[in-house]
Amino acid sequence: MLRATVVDHTLANHAAEDEPKGTGDELVQLLTPHGERVSNRLFDPWIADVSPEQLLGLYEDLVVVRRIDTEATALQRQGELGLWPPLLGQEAAQVGSARSLRSDDFVFSSYRENAVAYCRGVELVDLVRVWRGTASSGWNPYDVGMATPAVIIGAQTLHATGYAIGCAKDGVDSVAVAYFGDGATSQGDTNEAMVFAASFHAPVIFFCQNNQWAISEPVTLQSGLPLAARAPGFGIPSLRVDGNDVLAVMAAMRCALDRARTGGGPTFIEAVTYRMGPHTTSDDPSRYADPAEREKWAAKDPIARMEAYLEGLGLLTDEAKASVASTADDIARRFRAGCLSLQDPAPLTVFDNVYSTPHSGLERQKSQYAAYLAGFEGGA
Amino acid sequence: MMPTQLTMSRAIGTGLRRALADDPKVVLLGEDIGKLGGVFRVTDGLQEEFGPDRVMDTPLAEAGILGTAVGLAFRGYRPVVEIQFDGFIYPAFDQIVAQVAKMHYRTAGAVTMPITIRVPYGGGIGAVEHHSESPEAYFTHTSGLRVVSCSNPQDAHTLIRQAIASDDPVLFFEPKRRYWMKGDVDEEFGAQTLSMEAARVVREGTDVTLVAYGPLVATALDAATAASDDGISIEVIDLRSLSPIDFGTVEASVRRTGRLVITHEAQQFGGLGAEIAASITDRCFFHLEAAPARVTGFDVPYPPAKLEEHFLPDLDRLLDAVDRVLGRVNSLTGWKA
Repeated sequence: MLRATVVDHTLANHAAEDEPKGTGDELVQLLTPHGERVSNRLFDPWIADVSPEQLLGLYEDLVVVRRIDTEATALQRQGELGLWPPLLGQEAAQVGSARSLRSDDFVFSSYRENAVAYCRGVELVDLVRVWRGTASSGWNPYDVGMATPAVIIGAQTLHATGYAIGCAKDGVDSVAVAYFGDGATSQGDTNEAMVFAASFHAPVIFFCQNNQWAISEPVTLQSGLPLAARAPGFGIPSLRVDGNDVLAVMAAMRCALDRARTGGGPTFIEAVTYRMGPHTTSDDPSRYADPAEREKWAAKDPIARMEAYLEGLGLLTDEAKASVASTADDIARRFRAGCLSLQDPAPLTVFDNVYSTPHSGLERQKSQYAAYLAGFEGGA
Repeated sequence: MMPTQLTMSRAIGTGLRRALADDPKVVLLGEDIGKLGGVFRVTDGLQEEFGPDRVMDTPLAEAGILGTAVGLAFRGYRPVVEIQFDGFIYPAFDQIVAQVAKMHYRTAGAVTMPITIRVPYGGGIGAVEHHSESPEAYFTHTSGLRVVSCSNPQDAHTLIRQAIASDDPVLFFEPKRRYWMKGDVDEEFGAQTLSMEAARVVREGTDVTLVAYGPLVATALDAATAASDDGISIEVIDLRSLSPIDFGTVEASVRRTGRLVITHEAQQFGGLGAEIAASITDRCFFHLEAAPARVTGFDVPYPPAKLEEHFLPDLDRLLDAVDRVLGRVNSLTGWKA
């Protein structure tokens, strides 16, 4: 019934006749910015089984990923990382979606999805190998069900679609998820991915974090419509969800996952959020972003609302809060120590992993460079 | 099994058929490759035999084809992609050079990209714009890709199966004007089967080394036959693999002949001819009796059909270059021996 409702109605533009109107801003929202639980007949059932322990687990995730992010920004400022793309403000969109996945699902992400990676089980030190410049890859995708990030905007949406086509061929109910941002919706690859996903009825979820900015360009430059409104044109049902509401994101994601697992095909989710920090540590938002707008979004903070909600339920005591903060600090310490322990790679590894079997031209260059290095005092 | 006479198109088709039959993870993707059998009929009958799940007609979007192939490879599949014509490959350029080529590197070797990208290429068929190009140098310039080109039905069959079996991505350039050339094809692999990286000396000679690949191997052989009437002995090498290049075979030949001519249809500037001339000069400079000569397409867009004979290297231009490296006549400077 619920599934049929989502299939039949593109929630981007309108709510079903019998659907509660919620806050009236077209967003699926289960927690207000003040942490009040809003009932939603369509989406409540999708999180009805979430236990108090799991609610506290989500809260801890939100706090921890923000702490990791803050630590990474500090590491960059201290010269220990070349670059870092902060996710500040997008914690709920990433945690709520990633914690809905099974281990056999597969994520194809962009570069800001460090909370998704954390939830998939990526080791802390593996989050920074690439940003420290010591490796071409952070982790083995097959260990965690998540590809290493794509930096070319939108390219990974096609990879997710192809992977999903493969899942369908294999007759399994695993799902592929493409994470991308508002800017990526302008890319040809993203649009082609939606064409292929619709044509092959692929079990893929297009999870768009609309953080309102593509570096300095506002989302209005990418689209005159809500981003979710585009998907129905491809034959893909879509919905907009409050991206700062971890429960709403989880409900939307679980609903889309269920559709995909049961042969319903692709779904497009627009998680409406806000990039509270710079695009990367090299960016300067003061040149283009309105501080008043940022303040408006600060009042919708994903962690504050979850905190208020859990306090209201009597689940989050001062002791529990302190314990979570202490856990986060401990993780941040281990994260920092792991980062600082990363050694520069050996010179000849520059030739590694270009091909899976030896390539005679490259082997020759490698042996010539080895001989050259050996000519220096002390050798290579 | 006894060799059978096949056209090059059919030889590739039988190679694809064998690959589909031997490995359930092999899937074909492309535009019009199903019911139509491809615009050159290379995949004729394959969808009927293996079904639309194995031989997939795709939406008309080259980046989409390559990008979904990447995802299929992640999932353990071995996609074989057809780009309908050479000039249609550019919409897929990012997916090929930034995704397919780099994924193994980007995952520190954890994820392989056993994707074969078939490209009917080259001119000589009187076609319109975007249907006669030779874009191989864009891909030989890209680390992480292997690039091959076949010149005869037997190699076409062998190389396509080797390309599909390779765990690295392979650009497979099919000389479309030779699709209907016939030759013996033995489907069995044996001790005589050359590796995918190896060049082949297709005609032995002593005076000049003529390096060609793809559509111009046949032209080079014609030139060698014509030159022999003048008492000039040309050794013709079919490169087969364009990345890597089997420089050892070329070098060994040039050390004997002292003279090198390289030919390709692609434009000259920054092309494979330059790479071969530089590398061979580097390897055996003191064995060279003359500067290496290149006979290539000119540095212009592929011209209208009625001009393509003035763009494509032909027998006479090859012989002119042979004369030049032999010091017999120099069409570029007017100098004659």
